[in-house]
Amino acid sequence: MNFPSKLIEDAVNEMSRLPGIGKKTALRLVLHLLKQKESVTEELSHALLALRKEIKYCQKCHNISDTDVCSICRGVRRDRSIICVVEDIPDVLAIENTSQYQGLYHVLGGVISPIQGIGPDELKIESLMERIRLAETEDKVEEVILALPATMEGDTTSFYITRKLKALNIKVSTIARGIPIGGELEYTDEVTLGRSILTRVNYSAD
Amino acid sequence: MHLKNIRLHQFKNYNKASVHFSEEINCFVGINGSGKTNLLDAIHYLCLTKSALNPVDNLNIKHQKDFFTVFGDFDLHGKEIEIKCIFESGKKKQLIQNGKAYDKMSEHIGLLPVVMIAPDDTSLIKDGSEERRKFFDNMLCQLNRKYLEDLIRYTHFLKQRNALIKQFAEKGRWNAELIEPYTREIMQLSKSIARMRHDFLKEYEPLLIEYYKTISGDQEKISIQYETQCLEDGFESTFKANEQKDFILRRSTMGIHKDDFVFQISEYPIKKFGSQGQQKSFVIALKLAQFMVFFKHLNTKPILLLDDIFDKLDDNRIERLMKLVADHEFGQLFISDARPERSQGILASMDADCRFFLIEEGEVTDWS
Repeated sequence: MNFPSKLIEDAVNEMSRLPGIGKKTALRLVLHLLKQKESVTEELSHALLALRKEIKYCQKCHNISDTDVCSICRGVRRDRSIICVVEDIPDVLAIENTSQYQGLYHVLGGVISPIQGIGPDELKIESLMERIRLAETEDKVEEVILALPATMEGDTTSFYITRKLKALNIKVSTIARGIPIGGELEYTDEVTLGRSILTRVNYSAD
Repeated sequence: MHLKNIRLHQFKNYNKASVHFSEEINCFVGINGSGKTNLLDAIHYLCLTKSALNPVDNLNIKHQKDFFTVFGDFDLHGKEIEIKCIFESGKKKQLIQNGKAYDKMSEHIGLLPVVMIAPDDTSLIKDGSEERRKFFDNMLCQLNRKYLEDLIRYTHFLKQRNALIKQFAEKGRWNAELIEPYTREIMQLSKSIARMRHDFLKEYEPLLIEYYKTISGDQEKISIQYETQCLEDGFESTFKANEQKDFILRRSTMGIHKDDFVFQISEYPIKKFGSQGQQKSFVIALKLAQFMVFFKHLNTKPILLLDDIFDKLDDNRIERLMKLVADHEFGQLFISDARPERSQGILASMDADCRFFLIEEGEVTDWS
């Protein structure tokens, strides 16, 4: 792409480094900003800079936060006896949006994959153990829910964590896998369908 | 099942070609380098989405062109199936069945079974165990979905485990806790895959023995010895005890990737003790048994591609092989031969519809 101005070219190049943004979209955004009042651009760059400089990660669960300890970990109505382990920050948001979970979280920041050079030391696994061990008596952790991706790496990580937790003697569960709500059996992939038959649950008509 | 016609465009040494085939025997004749094998390979492409000779799609495009297409119409149980294979340099290969493109190439595999017998097949006997594992994996993957899935998982976990062992070796410290999830998967999958390989041989070996007898006229007893540690008692503890060795050698030294299929004749390995003739008969029997296994499981006779086979076999073996053809044991047959009068002599006496094609520098003409 040829640009009439070096300034536009620089702005487009920076903008198109973002995921999901190609050169054309970047150009459209840049030209849009130029048409707006100068304050719009100022507010945007201020917000981005502030985000980068002031964002914090919760010391307890490693979720994104404005304060040292995030709002979920501080929440008074939260059930402190359950910790849900997830791969990354968007997973916390996804589970929060279900409104079905009142416990706490723990964000690993990835899953174990030796090929990519990611081992337990690169993840917040030791911090999870520490957290459970050091919990005050009234906040004692009774259950850990593993909500990791249903991939080979996710499963390996779940297995590793479960083994580690064994010594701490607490309940470990993993989220159920099967047919999506509203899903047709005939369109479900065979592996999922096969597994949901193997791990079927009792049906209660009460 | 049979292939009714094929249309090539810029495939290997062909510019444009369109050929209508016989349902029974098709013989491609022409001098060396004229494109006989390439035509067989085009059929292989339509059935298995790739070349039998060259795994790099780019190298199958005609020199100095930038794409090739191979189209063909099949008849499968009375239904017409049109397959189009399109490859443009730098783009993803496309495979289209009756106007609909496949998402994954693997979905096509198994629909149109094909067995190819080629001159370099003796590598199955002469080369290392990898060739033999590939031969059996390839067959089992087409017949058994679970095998395919298990093998994909196994390959993945093995890669992860090997990467991990390398990291341990660099740090000089083994971490038993961290490697356990991988070890566990590899042990479980090894047992499951080895069991399926073992069970498959029970079905495959009798067919092999029968065809070997037919082809060679030999009374000697042949067998396949499946060598694996994965079905032995105490496999798990041996595997664990072996981890020290893994650490020193920096890779996983046990599992189904170490299995071998040893071909034997009168209880001696054919690799060392078989004569040239015995080895040739053996590989043909391997392929014909493959043909029969596909036929039994998929309920359709695979297409049989015989590349340059008359050159490699003596008259007795050819005669016996042709007797199987005459008995209509096979479905549609494609044969390539550099000496037209020889194949004509052999095939003329058959009670079958036989069509000859003369191939000259990428041009195909009917020749009878």
